[in-house]
Amino acid sequence: MTQKNRLNGGQIDRDTTLSFTFDGKHYKGHPGDTLASALLANNVRLMGRSFKYHRPRGPLTAGSEEPNAIVELRSGARQEPNTRATTAELFDGLSATSQNRWPSLTFDAMAINDRLSNFLTAGFYYKTFMWPAAFWEKIYEPIIRKAAGLGSLSMRADPDTYDKGFRHCDLLIIGAGPAGLNAALTAGRAGAQVILADEDFRMGGRLNAETYSVADMSGADWARQTVAELATLSNVRLMPRTTVIGAFDHGIYGAVKRVSDHLATPAAGKPRQILWRIYAKQTLLCAGATERPIAFDNNDRPGIMLAASLRAYATRWAATPAQRVAIFTNNDDGHRTARDLQAKGVKIAAVIDTRQDAARSYDYEVLQGAQVVDTKGRLGLTFVEVKQADGSIRTVECGALGVSGGWNPNVHLTCHQRGRPTWNDSLAAFVPGGTLPPGMSVAGAANGDLSTHGALKSGAEAARKALGLKGRAPAVPQAEDAPGTQTPFWYVEGCSRAWLDQQNDVTVKDVKLSHQEGFRSVEHLKRYTTLGMATDQGKTSNIGGLAIMAELAGKSIPEVGTTIFRPPYTPTAIGVLAGRMRGKEFHPTRLTPSHVWAKERGAVFVEVGNWLRAQWFPLPGETHWRQSVDREVTATRASVGVCDCTTLGKIDVQGSDAATFLNTVYCNGFAKLAVGKTRYGLMLREDGIAMDDGTAARLAEDQFVVTTTTANAGRVYQHMEFVRQCLMPEADVQLISTTEAWAQYAVAGPNSRRLLQKIVDPDHDISNEGFPFMACANITVCGGLRARLFRISFSGELAFEIAVPSRYGDALMRRLMTEGEEFDVTPYGTEALGVMRIEKGHAAGNELNGTTTALNLGMGRMVSKSKDSIGSKLSERPGLNEADALMQVGLRPLSAEDKVTAGGHLMKASGLVDAAHDQGYVTSAAYSPTLGRMIGLGFLKDGGNRMGETLRLVSPVTDLTVEVEVVSAHFVDPEGERVRA
Amino acid sequence: MHDLTPITALGGSAARVDSVGDVTLTEVPDVALASVAARRRQEAACAQTLERLLGTAVPLPGYAAEGAEYAAFWTGPDQWMLSADFNGYEDVAARIKAEVGDRASVTEQTDAWVCFDLVGGRINAVLELLCNVDLTRFETGRATRTSIHHLGCYVISTNAGQSVRILGPRASADSLHHAITTAMASAL
Amino acid sequence: MIINHPLLGPRDSAEFVYLGAAALMDRPDPETASAEDWHDYAYLRDNPAGPHRELWFHEGGDRSILIVTRDTTTHEITGVELAREVASK
Repeated sequence: MTQKNRLNGGQIDRDTTLSFTFDGKHYKGHPGDTLASALLANNVRLMGRSFKYHRPRGPLTAGSEEPNAIVELRSGARQEPNTRATTAELFDGLSATSQNRWPSLTFDAMAINDRLSNFLTAGFYYKTFMWPAAFWEKIYEPIIRKAAGLGSLSMRADPDTYDKGFRHCDLLIIGAGPAGLNAALTAGRAGAQVILADEDFRMGGRLNAETYSVADMSGADWARQTVAELATLSNVRLMPRTTVIGAFDHGIYGAVKRVSDHLATPAAGKPRQILWRIYAKQTLLCAGATERPIAFDNNDRPGIMLAASLRAYATRWAATPAQRVAIFTNNDDGHRTARDLQAKGVKIAAVIDTRQDAARSYDYEVLQGAQVVDTKGRLGLTFVEVKQADGSIRTVECGALGVSGGWNPNVHLTCHQRGRPTWNDSLAAFVPGGTLPPGMSVAGAANGDLSTHGALKSGAEAARKALGLKGRAPAVPQAEDAPGTQTPFWYVEGCSRAWLDQQNDVTVKDVKLSHQEGFRSVEHLKRYTTLGMATDQGKTSNIGGLAIMAELAGKSIPEVGTTIFRPPYTPTAIGVLAGRMRGKEFHPTRLTPSHVWAKERGAVFVEVGNWLRAQWFPLPGETHWRQSVDREVTATRASVGVCDCTTLGKIDVQGSDAATFLNTVYCNGFAKLAVGKTRYGLMLREDGIAMDDGTAARLAEDQFVVTTTTANAGRVYQHMEFVRQCLMPEADVQLISTTEAWAQYAVAGPNSRRLLQKIVDPDHDISNEGFPFMACANITVCGGLRARLFRISFSGELAFEIAVPSRYGDALMRRLMTEGEEFDVTPYGTEALGVMRIEKGHAAGNELNGTTTALNLGMGRMVSKSKDSIGSKLSERPGLNEADALMQVGLRPLSAEDKVTAGGHLMKASGLVDAAHDQGYVTSAAYSPTLGRMIGLGFLKDGGNRMGETLRLVSPVTDLTVEVEVVSAHFVDPEGERVRA
Repeated sequence: MHDLTPITALGGSAARVDSVGDVTLTEVPDVALASVAARRRQEAACAQTLERLLGTAVPLPGYAAEGAEYAAFWTGPDQWMLSADFNGYEDVAARIKAEVGDRASVTEQTDAWVCFDLVGGRINAVLELLCNVDLTRFETGRATRTSIHHLGCYVISTNAGQSVRILGPRASADSLHHAITTAMASAL
Repeated sequence: MIINHPLLGPRDSAEFVYLGAAALMDRPDPETASAEDWHDYAYLRDNPAGPHRELWFHEGGDRSILIVTRDTTTHEITGVELAREVASK
């Protein structure tokens, strides 16, 4: 099919032809077209079906406010539902599909809903699907969703990428129409850092859609020339295809840049869209205005659109929905459309003007004081019925009707911080008012300056004011300056199936019904009728609903008020909010210094926070993780094992008051710890609950290295900074994290010393006498490399932790392996680490779970009474110190085959199993290869005095009941002889 | 001399280099780093010593300074990161401690960080996708801590609009490298 | 939100970690405080609709803790101080 409705002129590139499909049918268009303009040029008016009644619909507008022409773009994984044909930029090969129809757009079986409209009025769903309740989720909702749906998702992962970015400027100008362009020119020439953002792919706003001139050239040429000058200014950044979606606190704006949406697929490495976070010292909103419709019966047929949109299609895109067009208006702007279309050779059937005194024209017929009362045409407009001033009905044949009810300033962004617009009587419209977001001002049509001259002038003035520019204002380019008064005319008397919200199918009748049923607040009206709740957020419809509501309530429109404007301004892809944070890149990954080596060894890794740690190291022939873990535990206890423990938080605490500081943050004492010694420390929250544990090694009188658990490293550091800065501001203490600076390995097992003696330089004595349990020192290894050695043990074996600068961690691990061959050295992962610590009864995150105290952990006596420390006072609360307080115990199943599960609860050997008889719970469980059975750690009421008692471990969710014996938590080496060997 | 062979933060034996268009990202392993934090009530004396070491005034908040032997940037109130050539200054912490004595706490930071130099005419197009730094005012000598894809990094403007040095947490070197190179592909 | 750091100038609040009311700085004197004092300190917070003094830790910046006076109804920030300086006064 040729482009039957293509006119002459327009800002399209006729030298290039683009092919595209709509519902599988092939069409041609040109660069510069939108999908909607190209379809109109191809004589396609029908582009979608409405939400509820499945009414045939075509575009109402030529911009982002579009409620009707909503289509699915592209196919496969890139299929995107609910996109507006009016903003989709045409590219070669674009495929679009209509949505919400079955089996086809021209014959939609669901259009039966339209016949049932008497039943499907406002509140229909609420009233009908109340009962039975169980039906809602399984039956009603899926059916309703299918019938009243929008587009469909591909259900495949989005193959595109999205970026986020940050930009800063002195002045952010939102909208590049006459006001925005002149503002940018003023600010740019003055040298300010300017960002000019516009949602359109061609800057100029209405200037591109009008035929009048600016400064002796066409408005479009003036826009092009201005954009060209702005592009030469290094301090001005032009951001076309960029929608400012929200105004956030303190001059922060969200803006979505569509980088690749006008291409078939993004270029390699390029994102589809970018979410820019713009930091603006000042902001100038030049978002223009949106034309508003008039409601009349059957005002939603394809071919009926806003008059200025009809004009935009003709002027900018050289397209018209039909060759014979009528206009229905209450203002002079409608006549402008008639003149522009006629100049392009479109036949004007009539201009129907509600005003008795409307100016007549020599060029076309004007019906004064007339109103459109009904329309005809199943899949597209064929006739309109006009009630003339004398009451007679006249039928006017036309394929398109332009409707103009005046203009609404686009105030949305002025209200994103809960400001409310104010009513302007002479415009009969809401204008920006009240409290604007700090730093924001408004110019042009968005501020109610509806003429081009007014926009140019106010844009420049607002920019000068925002930037505090002095001196004489430059002359405003000559432009049309039509008076900007508007008289309200919201709907045709007596209409009923007259659409207000075309996307959500809300009619004048629905608003009346909602009023009748008592929904008097505008917020209730919105939710009951769904007026303004569609993807267009009621940009063309809300005001009509408010007007009718006001009339019914006998109030003025400002008394009724508006609903709250919220971001985003237009629908925003979830992907762009996520940016690069998807899949593996959801958070950064931290790798240990032995990672490369562990990977070579075939380690299985586990995420621990952001860290990837080796979980176990399977050997050939091992088919189950338990085989690997049991072997690692046994080998370590028998000879020597090595584990990367770099992930433990390490904080360097220095200063002459370092010991005093640690005395405050740890509940136990550190003042008397000798240099060269390490001590276990327990940190409490101020409410007396245990926060974290670790060790502090005193490397010098004024230097400690504190370790934290892997999970709490960040929190503990933050807590220590709070104590340092807020509670001990005068103390001489300095903190810095050194977690990643040092590769730290636990070397554990009876042969650990012998192995380390081959590594540690001989001038350092690490014998039991020279380097006893809990010793620490700065040493050298492998012929002079600086290192740190700690004799601490998490496994319960003779053990050390050795640290070298991270870059040597890989080499040290490899050296430990080769030097350890004679001892059958075994690398072990976090699972074996966990098993050994449970066997030894060491508390970890499962026990330090945010509810337990030092007393519960069996460390009640560690809380020093001779000094003040964080949490010490509140740990004395009676409620935390009752006689039967939970105490940490070990749990051993009577039968070696029985399972122990963490999370299970402890009950007495006989009696009821319920919450009232709860004796405690299991925190950790593991299979102990050393004991040949599963074991557990848990908290038991008065646990210290119940050794040997038999209890039932129950886990109703897994249907488990096991008899367990209460034993010491120290399953292995309870006297601690091994660690001191 | 010890006989352990180091690897770079990205896990290689040699520094990684990646180029897109005229912008090049180079891993810089040969940087020795030490944090210097003035002791309480020794702030002035500490600054004086550092000034002597740097041969120039200590950098103010948000700035870096470069001397013949050492360079420095501000990291917190009365706290700086000093850097030197790793070759010859591997013991940077001990050397500085010997100079500042009890006037400051010194902590070795060499291997806490991965260091990248991002160089080329369009680095700002890359940086604006990575971090919230006001590039319109990021003159030579500015230094700031910022977040790059959730990683706390230092960004130092070594030649405005032409080159920056980025220090990020070493354990996340791969993630940071991925973030920077994807931003390069996206922006350039 | 943007917090005007006394040393570093305007910084995005995303760089900070919120630590709660500035009242946390007024830790009871362990020598003299009663159980009630500790209870109030640990558990009771004002929840004003209006100006509120609160602690923001510049976790992604210089690690200073700031006392920010913020209007909870408008997010207007009327004062920013370094907590350590206030605490040592």
